[in-house]
Amino acid sequence: MITITQLEKRFGRLHVLRGLDLEIRPNQVTAVLGPNGAGKTTLIKSLLGLVKADSGSITIAGQKINGDASYRSKIGYMPQNARYPDNLSVEEIIEMVKDVRGTGDETDEELFHAFNLKTEMHKKFKTLSGGNRQKVSAVLAFLFRPDIIFLDEPSAGLDPVSSSCLKDKIAREKEAGKTIILTSHIMSEIQELADKVVYILDGVIHFEMTVNQLLETTGERTLERAIARKMKGAA
Amino acid sequence: MKMNTNTLKLIKYQLRDVMRSRWVLFYLAFFILITDALFRFGGSGDRVILSLMNVVLLVIPLVSIMLGTMYLYNSREYTELMLSQPVKRIQMFAALFSGLVLPLAATVSVGIALPFIWNGVLLSHIGALGYLLATAVALTIIFSALAFAIGLLTEDKIKGLGLAVVLWLFFAVIYDGLILLVIYMFSHYPLQQPVLIMSMLNPLDLARIALLIQFEASTLMGFTGAVFQRFFGSMSGQIAIVLVMVAWISIPLGWGARRFIRKDF
Repeated sequence: MITITQLEKRFGRLHVLRGLDLEIRPNQVTAVLGPNGAGKTTLIKSLLGLVKADSGSITIAGQKINGDASYRSKIGYMPQNARYPDNLSVEEIIEMVKDVRGTGDETDEELFHAFNLKTEMHKKFKTLSGGNRQKVSAVLAFLFRPDIIFLDEPSAGLDPVSSSCLKDKIAREKEAGKTIILTSHIMSEIQELADKVVYILDGVIHFEMTVNQLLETTGERTLERAIARKMKGAA
Repeated sequence: MKMNTNTLKLIKYQLRDVMRSRWVLFYLAFFILITDALFRFGGSGDRVILSLMNVVLLVIPLVSIMLGTMYLYNSREYTELMLSQPVKRIQMFAALFSGLVLPLAATVSVGIALPFIWNGVLLSHIGALGYLLATAVALTIIFSALAFAIGLLTEDKIKGLGLAVVLWLFFAVIYDGLILLVIYMFSHYPLQQPVLIMSMLNPLDLARIALLIQFEASTLMGFTGAVFQRFFGSMSGQIAIVLVMVAWISIPLGWGARRFIRKDF
């Protein structure tokens, strides 16, 4: 469970988050949508402590975020563009994150096998293709069985087979009770994966609905059309 | 305790990455080649050390500040990723800085020391060589700290690299010009003290003076040299050198760490 109250963030003159309130429940995939520059990335980075909010509070699993780093051991994060040190091999990168996490107990290597990364194990990061970099970063997001998983454009650059592996994994983790937050520009992907859509506009939540509600109230068949209609109605 | 172990873990991987990168090899080859060439042309160990002094004073600040600035910008995404792990900001900052300074300092020391070993003059010159290497390491740390301050001052890579060049030019060239200007403009006044203080405030000048005094080449500097010799040759002068160098490390580094801890990634 993640509770965000009255989150404010300014970057200089730019007022990105304007008192955003949001509750994100476990056992669900929540998709965060919104036009470019609406504050999606800022929101996710605030949850990770990468961006320090000006005011407001964030509580993750009952723990208020206040600059302490330990809560992040509950979070797995797959960024849009992951870049690890160029001269480390895939094996060393995984070893490094394991070392830092210090979780000796069983890791979840399902994705590692599904992606067939074994052949890439000894390649240096700089020689990996964009898709393989994404795979490494997806593996790391799930590796430590985190309760909360952030996925930023997860299928960007992935081939169809890997992309569907990842989607299956997301669905399974949701069933297992995880809290999953997703951003994507591919509406069909969100329609397939997400239970709930949170739409950010001008730094606040514009609307928050389940995918089914959204389709029903607008009478459209696809999420893309439904959102387009909803936004047109609002304007 | 947890903080230290996390930092050490990160440093371990950081070092593995950096030691495999090409620029470390280039830097090492450069110092080996130049030191060996000086032996071939110049002969004696003393003269090699004196010539190396000028190389150290010129090259190390430039390479440290440029590479350091570039390194920090290039580590940006990686930094972001590690900070999304249960890693504290100060741990990451320490790991990044060590990952730059340790390889640079090791490369310089090994690159210069190796030719002394195979020319068989390491033990006979260990004192002067040690002093030279200590100064080289101090300059590496100071200019790496300045590089981190620049990298955290602006997000713009081009601007940052430009600033790094300008800062190096300032310390290496412009500052001495300013001192000369002061000497020229106030030539009717006794200037030994002000010039002494001005020189102390520039880490490069300070390093140069420290080395010249140590190698007893201060006679080259005339009357001012005598004044310098009296001050810097004394115990309190030596302590002053160390203190100023420590300040040149801790001020930019402390400022950088503060920025790093408060920064939005």
